[in-house]
Amino acid sequence: MQLDGKTPSGPLQNKWDKYRFETKLVNPANKRKYSVIVVGTGLAGASASASLAELGYNVKAFCIQDSPRRAHSIAAQGGINAAKNYPNDGDSIWRLFYDTVKGGDFRAREANVYRLAQVSNSIIDQCVAQGVPFAREYGGMLANRSFGGAQVSRTFYARGQTGQQLLLGAYGALSRQIGAGKVEMFTRRELVDIVIVQDKARGIIVRNLITGEMERHAADAVILATGGYGTVFYLSTMADSCNVGAAFKAYKKGALFANPCFTQIHPTCIPHTSDYQAKLTLMSESLRNDGRVWVPKDSNDNRRPNQIPEEERRYFLEEKYPSFGNLVPRDVASRNAKEMCDAGLGVGATGYAVYLDFADAIKRDGKDVIQRKYGNLFDMYRNITDDNPYETPMMIYPASHYTMGGLWVDYELQTTIPGLFSLGESNFSDHGANRLGASALMQGLADGYFVIPYTIGPYLATNGVSDITEDHQAFRDAAQKAMEHDQKLLAINGKQTVREIHVKLGKIMVEHVGMARNAAGLKQAISDIQSLREDFWKDVKVPGTASDYNLSLQKADRLADFLEFAEVMALDALERDESCGCHLREEHQTEENEAKRDDDNFCHVAAWEYDGYGNTPKFHKEPLVFENVKLTQRSYK
Amino acid sequence: MTTTGEHTINITLKVWRQKGPQDKGRFETIPVQNVETHTSFLEMLDLVNEKLTHEGKEPIAFDNDCREGICGTCGCVVDGVPHGPQKAMTLCQLHMRKFTNGDVIAVEPWRARAFKVIKDLMVDRSPLDKIIQSGGYVSVNTGSPQDANALPVPMEVAEKAMDAAACIGCGACVAACPNASAMLFVSAKVSQLALLPQGKPEAAQRAISMVRAMDDLLFGNCSNHRACEAVCPKEISIINIARLNREFIKAGFASEAV
Repeated sequence: MQLDGKTPSGPLQNKWDKYRFETKLVNPANKRKYSVIVVGTGLAGASASASLAELGYNVKAFCIQDSPRRAHSIAAQGGINAAKNYPNDGDSIWRLFYDTVKGGDFRAREANVYRLAQVSNSIIDQCVAQGVPFAREYGGMLANRSFGGAQVSRTFYARGQTGQQLLLGAYGALSRQIGAGKVEMFTRRELVDIVIVQDKARGIIVRNLITGEMERHAADAVILATGGYGTVFYLSTMADSCNVGAAFKAYKKGALFANPCFTQIHPTCIPHTSDYQAKLTLMSESLRNDGRVWVPKDSNDNRRPNQIPEEERRYFLEEKYPSFGNLVPRDVASRNAKEMCDAGLGVGATGYAVYLDFADAIKRDGKDVIQRKYGNLFDMYRNITDDNPYETPMMIYPASHYTMGGLWVDYELQTTIPGLFSLGESNFSDHGANRLGASALMQGLADGYFVIPYTIGPYLATNGVSDITEDHQAFRDAAQKAMEHDQKLLAINGKQTVREIHVKLGKIMVEHVGMARNAAGLKQAISDIQSLREDFWKDVKVPGTASDYNLSLQKADRLADFLEFAEVMALDALERDESCGCHLREEHQTEENEAKRDDDNFCHVAAWEYDGYGNTPKFHKEPLVFENVKLTQRSYK
Repeated sequence: MTTTGEHTINITLKVWRQKGPQDKGRFETIPVQNVETHTSFLEMLDLVNEKLTHEGKEPIAFDNDCREGICGTCGCVVDGVPHGPQKAMTLCQLHMRKFTNGDVIAVEPWRARAFKVIKDLMVDRSPLDKIIQSGGYVSVNTGSPQDANALPVPMEVAEKAMDAAACIGCGACVAACPNASAMLFVSAKVSQLALLPQGKPEAAQRAISMVRAMDDLLFGNCSNHRACEAVCPKEISIINIARLNREFIKAGFASEAV
């Protein structure tokens, strides 16, 4: 298969304009004849549904939650980037583009990233117009902060609830279209299959989570905005319902899955303490703006942190990276924390935690200022741990948080299945091997508000209105197959719960496919995953029936996908015999323990094609061409 | 009673079980041994569900998602109080250290005329979405706005709007209200948008439409009990209800908005 990214020719700055001028438009009067399915109502899905409906398309939107206002985008705390340069500190579209490509360790497509930076400013305009209450300066202008390693202040924020406020803005726009009858909203639905007719995506099968019924929905195009796969690690910062299912079902239907091994581990989470734990809670990265990360110099130091004098502390990020200090990128911060803990210097109950200390910031700025900036985060920390971070340092440790890999899409955000598009975290396109802080919200909204409304046009205009309905045999077959799959899971009646097997999978993934990887470990992981998968199909216990709300059954279906997907992830990590961004292969490090890329052999997107259950997927490459930036070795010293 | 360790307690759950909207429902008594006090309330329910699953019984159905207090999915009435005994907190953030050994804990779904029980502790909160659909937004199409800084908003105003915008739409206010009113929910959105210049052009119509939708969807009226404010996990103030009342009365005088 020849992968064509469909990047427009010409100078980088003109590509998006050129694309928009040269593509076929759908006549405004004809738009109402087309219907589009959007799965997911996070930032990408809600903004896409609203924007497409505003243009006149008939949209059917689906979400797994009980309301479109609850997708996991809501949990993003820190902020959203844009190249507004309001603070006059040297930012520009070019700088945001460059930082993003470099942050992704040169494993993303230049043209996509440039477009992202270009539309970033319109996102802020849009959100402000919707009434998103961004933080303001006294004069009434929008406030900005520097975030996650950026040397300019380009991050807009709404206290520690930026994701929530942006999502509620998009939800408002979506609600307006639902009220107007242009969007038909289906809640508590989970995608179980994509229906392909004559090689094109023509609809979906969804499980009605309340009744268990398999519902059939046809449309002229299908958009997946279904988020990432961080819960493959079991413990992560993701919400309970986050899963790889929709993307994986697309993969099984022929869409390629790109760079699955690129997963981000967030440095500032509340550490894991016990096995009953259901999730790890993220503390916004913005905390690193004022908090100082340290461990005791002596591994046997059991004193309370406040009793350890300054000279007996090791501020390892500040020591090792004098210019960036505590603001080094996420992967660097995470890896260094792990290194300290592996060396026995970690703190807390498990020894897998480091301190994040605000004593100096409180002394410098006063408690009031710190409280205004981080009050809600401090409260959250205090409630979970029973510890007061105003008085004693926080303890933090890295956790799975975001996945850069996803469905392979071209410049139009179309997968390798014609008529199937993928937006936001569910695609692979913009972040390369590592995502910068405050860029996830930007990408989700860029895809939904400002990219897909243009790029879906040519497909629809070329293919015309479909006359395929839900009664087509392909829909009946897919629904039937999904029901049989349920019956198979219910019939196993083994001894282990879904959760128990998921915990085991998580352990394999954290151990071998987590922050640092090596060939032997990855091979081990692949064989462990295979045998766990066999265990699952022999020994899982799913009580209840398929004709009711059955959470065990829903979760068993999701875990079945993860047990196949995890192997693709490990395989991808093994195949990528270099380090880049978040993907650290222990065999390939610089003297400073930084990821050492191999641009001669791995400057490409790895895209995997499903080849039947249990078979090794087929490997495809999309070479990455850099015409505008020079590939450099990252150094944050 | 079995003995407990330093950080574990034994409790008894009286939990509401209801097969579906038509079923009458009943309390089921479930003793739970050796609950670690660092566990969250929902993690405790997870463990109960694991046990039920092993016994081949159906787990307790309850809504939850982010488990960090922001998505608004979770919520049950615990010992008579929506989201449980801890102030300004969603149920997912409640920890078992707030309970003592031997406690009997009653767990029920939100009870309100507008919210039907779906199963056990899950209710249908879609009427809240319908209220938003009736006008809880600024009518602005994608692509049309001016530059974000063209419209200054004083910091105090932005902060007040943010206070109101913090609503997570969990429905605890409705569950707590003796009239099962959604006034706090409606007032939070009306206030956020009425305070900001972006929301002013539609302020009158918004107040009227949203209140009308609330009435149509079988929510009750506000009679100033303040139970909503007391249980709100985001501490949304009833000042917003006063503001909604002002907006609503103002709108009544603007004839074109009625």
